[in-house]
Amino acid sequence: MKGNGRIIEYALSTLARRKFKNFSIAVVFSALIAVLSSILFLTHAYKTETLKLLDNSPEIILQNMSGGRHELIPTEYIKTLSGIAGVGQITPRYWGYYYDSLTSANYTLMAVDENMRDIQLIDGRMPQTDTECAVGRGVADLRQAGLKDDFFLITGAELSVNLKIVGIFTANSAILTNDLVVMTKDSLIKFFNMPADKATDITVEVNNPAEVSMVARKIRRAFPNSRPILKNELIRTYDNIFNWRGGIVLTMFFGAIAAFMIFVWDKATGINAQERREIGILKAIGWETADVLTLKFWEGAVVATGSFLTGLILAYVHVFYFNAQFLAPVLKGWSVLFPRFQPMPYIDIYQIFVLFFLTVVPYVAASVVPSWKAAISDPDAVMR
Amino acid sequence: MSKTRLFAGFIAIEAVVLLALYTGSLNRVNVKEPEMALKRKMVRVMRLTDVAFWTEARYTRHPSQADFFAPFQDFPSSVDHFPAGSIVPPAQRHVTR
Repeated sequence: MKGNGRIIEYALSTLARRKFKNFSIAVVFSALIAVLSSILFLTHAYKTETLKLLDNSPEIILQNMSGGRHELIPTEYIKTLSGIAGVGQITPRYWGYYYDSLTSANYTLMAVDENMRDIQLIDGRMPQTDTECAVGRGVADLRQAGLKDDFFLITGAELSVNLKIVGIFTANSAILTNDLVVMTKDSLIKFFNMPADKATDITVEVNNPAEVSMVARKIRRAFPNSRPILKNELIRTYDNIFNWRGGIVLTMFFGAIAAFMIFVWDKATGINAQERREIGILKAIGWETADVLTLKFWEGAVVATGSFLTGLILAYVHVFYFNAQFLAPVLKGWSVLFPRFQPMPYIDIYQIFVLFFLTVVPYVAASVVPSWKAAISDPDAVMR
Repeated sequence: MSKTRLFAGFIAIEAVVLLALYTGSLNRVNVKEPEMALKRKMVRVMRLTDVAFWTEARYTRHPSQADFFAPFQDFPSSVDHFPAGSIVPPAQRHVTR
């Protein structure tokens, strides 16, 4: 152990002799780890939060199809649906989209029902009359509107509809409600000029979760023009989206990763004359091959471990304290209304281990392998 | 042994900081659990199917409801209908906002 300590001391002295070169490597290494970890932290945090939330979505959402497109669904389907064995609560949903030309933003308009009255993540309350509405924090900020303010919308027939804001969803629920405008069912049906006997879609609960796909098959048989969307499909979609978005950002940094890999490869395939001479001298003064390899191992380990830990700390602070300022524009896309980036710090230790084995281990190996070639050669030949 | 101690100290400090950040994150997740429970309740009661991250198109606002089956499909990562789709920039108002 004492011998190892001396070798570490000597390795640190060797690194200090070429401090500019080693410091530059450490900075690049740390930056690379920081970027890769930031992407992994951010996508994992959002993916985990989204999947945890959407696990409470309806078991089946039933859409109606017409002419190859999504179409309003007749509410009379509910009678047939309730006759299917295993089906629980059936609820029609009334919702749609609205493009606000004032702010160039898209809102999602949704009808409130009795069960929604006791929602707690709202300042104020849910709308109760046809002239009231509740809006998401993003909508309120964009329109610079507060509680009890008027909220104008223009219908398809170019008529102005004036609603009073009686509730604003809290900022911490923005991931779900940022672009929502919630109003009464009658108000929404009138606004979109929807037929009274149709809804946007129908949600179907299934009493036994193991029977969901069987119930979906029965629904398809009863209504061949319908499209049941299952909760597990919905969750799979989001799983793919976050992997895809994370993948795109990783691709953007592929150049940096490739440059680093070339650098490691360059290091692995040869050492310079000065390093070769140094190994020769060490061998000549009595160092064993194993000692030389231990020395090179420590040289690589010191740089790689220090840089890896620094990169991880930078990534954590960037994502969870500075709300991923550098990555946010890529993830936001073209959205005008985007909830404030406040990822919950869900960390996957497995990802950190994978990153460690993909970066630190190759770097240390790249430090040891070429030195091994020099260390097994004759010291006299190496020094010449 | 001064350099070894200095390095060991540096690594130890980094490890302690990381450990503190990790335990802090576990703690933060626990503290936020009641808020998460309220959000889960919101999803259940309002029968929400998607998160409000991307509001630029129907298929980004509600990816789970996107029409994977329709002709001229619109869904995340679908093949662009026109080559121009990959080179036309966002409208100026989106860029300046």
